[in-house]
Amino acid sequence: MYRTPEGKDIFVVDGHTHFWDGSPDNQKNIHGKQFIDCFYAYHTGLSPKDQLWEKGKFEKYSADDLYRDLFIDGPDDVAIVQSTYLKDFYKNGFNTIERNAEVAKRYPERFIVNGAFDPRDGEKALEYIHFLKETYDVKGVKMYTAEWNGASKGWKLTDPDAYKCFELCEKLGIRNIHVHKGPTIIPLSKDAFDVHDVDHAATDFQGLNWIIEHCGLPRLDDFCWIATQETNVYGGLAVALPFIHSRPRYFGEVIAELLFWIGPEKILFGSDYAIWTPRWLVERFWAYQIPQDIAAERGVQLTDEIKEKILGLNAARLYNIDIEAKKKALASSPFSIAAE
Amino acid sequence: MATASVSDSREKELWRRLGEVNDPELDEPITEMGFVERAEVKGDGSVEVDFRLPTYWCSPNFAFLMLDGVRRALDQLPWSPAYAVKLHDHMFADEVNRGIEAGKTFGDIFAELAADTDLGAVRETFSMKAFKRRQEAVLRGLRQHGLTDREIVGMDLPAYDVARFEPGEAAKQKPRYRAALLERFPDHRTDGPVFVTWDGQHIPADALSAYLAELRGVRVNMEFNGALCRGLKQTRYKELDVVDGEPTLVDFIMDRVPARSAPVT
Repeated sequence: MYRTPEGKDIFVVDGHTHFWDGSPDNQKNIHGKQFIDCFYAYHTGLSPKDQLWEKGKFEKYSADDLYRDLFIDGPDDVAIVQSTYLKDFYKNGFNTIERNAEVAKRYPERFIVNGAFDPRDGEKALEYIHFLKETYDVKGVKMYTAEWNGASKGWKLTDPDAYKCFELCEKLGIRNIHVHKGPTIIPLSKDAFDVHDVDHAATDFQGLNWIIEHCGLPRLDDFCWIATQETNVYGGLAVALPFIHSRPRYFGEVIAELLFWIGPEKILFGSDYAIWTPRWLVERFWAYQIPQDIAAERGVQLTDEIKEKILGLNAARLYNIDIEAKKKALASSPFSIAAE
Repeated sequence: MATASVSDSREKELWRRLGEVNDPELDEPITEMGFVERAEVKGDGSVEVDFRLPTYWCSPNFAFLMLDGVRRALDQLPWSPAYAVKLHDHMFADEVNRGIEAGKTFGDIFAELAADTDLGAVRETFSMKAFKRRQEAVLRGLRQHGLTDREIVGMDLPAYDVARFEPGEAAKQKPRYRAALLERFPDHRTDGPVFVTWDGQHIPADALSAYLAELRGVRVNMEFNGALCRGLKQTRYKELDVVDGEPTLVDFIMDRVPARSAPVT
């Protein structure tokens, strides 16, 4: 719960969090090292100085760190913890659903654990989706289209194998598909971070919600266009939001574009923990106003009401969270974490 | 010290040429982005360049376009030196460096990595984005200067050339937009409007606001990459020292690029 300076309580759903192990012990090869190094560069590049972690902790943090940063020091009421396997890079995977489910077990009211699958696994992917549903009753999955798999350096949402997987998701009621567009590597003729496959997939699977992380940036214009056409496409603010600190005017331009094109109902807060921690992000976001000239040009405002939607109400709707019931449940399950 | 001054002026020329190579995605010089880790003229005149991108994961096609730009820049050096270019810490670094050593062109090297190496289309996309981003900066600059939309869209090249800006983005982009315009439209008529769309369409005064909103979208994307790349590049090779809970970044490692006006006297 975030309590505003005016004393209002805001329900916060953090749409994008991780519990990873990127430590050298778990790295399988140079790619694993470079992957966590790149995350760390995001962390150091866009965090306020007083929020910086040392490298060792960033590579592998504890479950207690996670609880504290999200729910005790941090304002999250519920966190959606995403799974990203990266088994080509990490011996035990980067953050598998087993690892996430384990951390979620202690405070089940607090977590929504999402699964992940790789359509390139063919039949096995379909079996795995059944397994995810039966074992963890997942409500959502995270798709990382830039993931390497053997000789393949990425895949598209429109690949025939992917469509078979989405058909099954729809059938099983796994309705929230978080899509993380990483750099497009091959074909080389393609501009990186292409998001056009989202358009087709969203049209063809109307029963699924497509949450595009970091709002498709750096393809914000393409994303906005698609999300305006498709009623089931949403934008996650992870990665975009930290600019509120380093380049607030730029963040104003991004959020103004989003409000203008896709509107306040379809934008979701996400910290991308542990790249960033939610407390400072939510505090800054609540205090933020779009610079006047930008707001005037686009004719949009970031009101408290809109902020409240972005911080929690929109995600609660997608994940069927009954907010009043959830507040009661949370009040009756206090935290206990190991003393430092 | 004739030798020293020859090598100094060669080094200066080398950096000047490298400074003309742009990151295609960001439309900013690779030297300003800090991608050229080291560029050196050896005693025999040969040239060595170490090239490093902000992340291991930077798209290979961008790496290709930049390395190709570096090669062209080096080919233009007046003393026609032998040169060695090395790509560091990139997912395809080994393949690229082995290929270079074997005397292959970048085209051949990348063709081996992926069948699809026709980069013409992606080159054109980047030219378009650069055109729009430069144009937007100048258009906004002129508006801030108090020109009406009618005056702006009616401006021709002679009027453009005498316009002056305070130091800032518009001033920086003014000559760059001019270059992009003439590259796109080599037959541009001096008395024709200097602000046209990428397709050569005239922009009506009452459509300028909508057009600017479209250009903003292009810039927002490019800036996202630019800001990330800068941040990542700055921090990629630094570890964090946390002393008494007060983090201090080790800031001294990176500045290996000599100022482009340095150090010849």
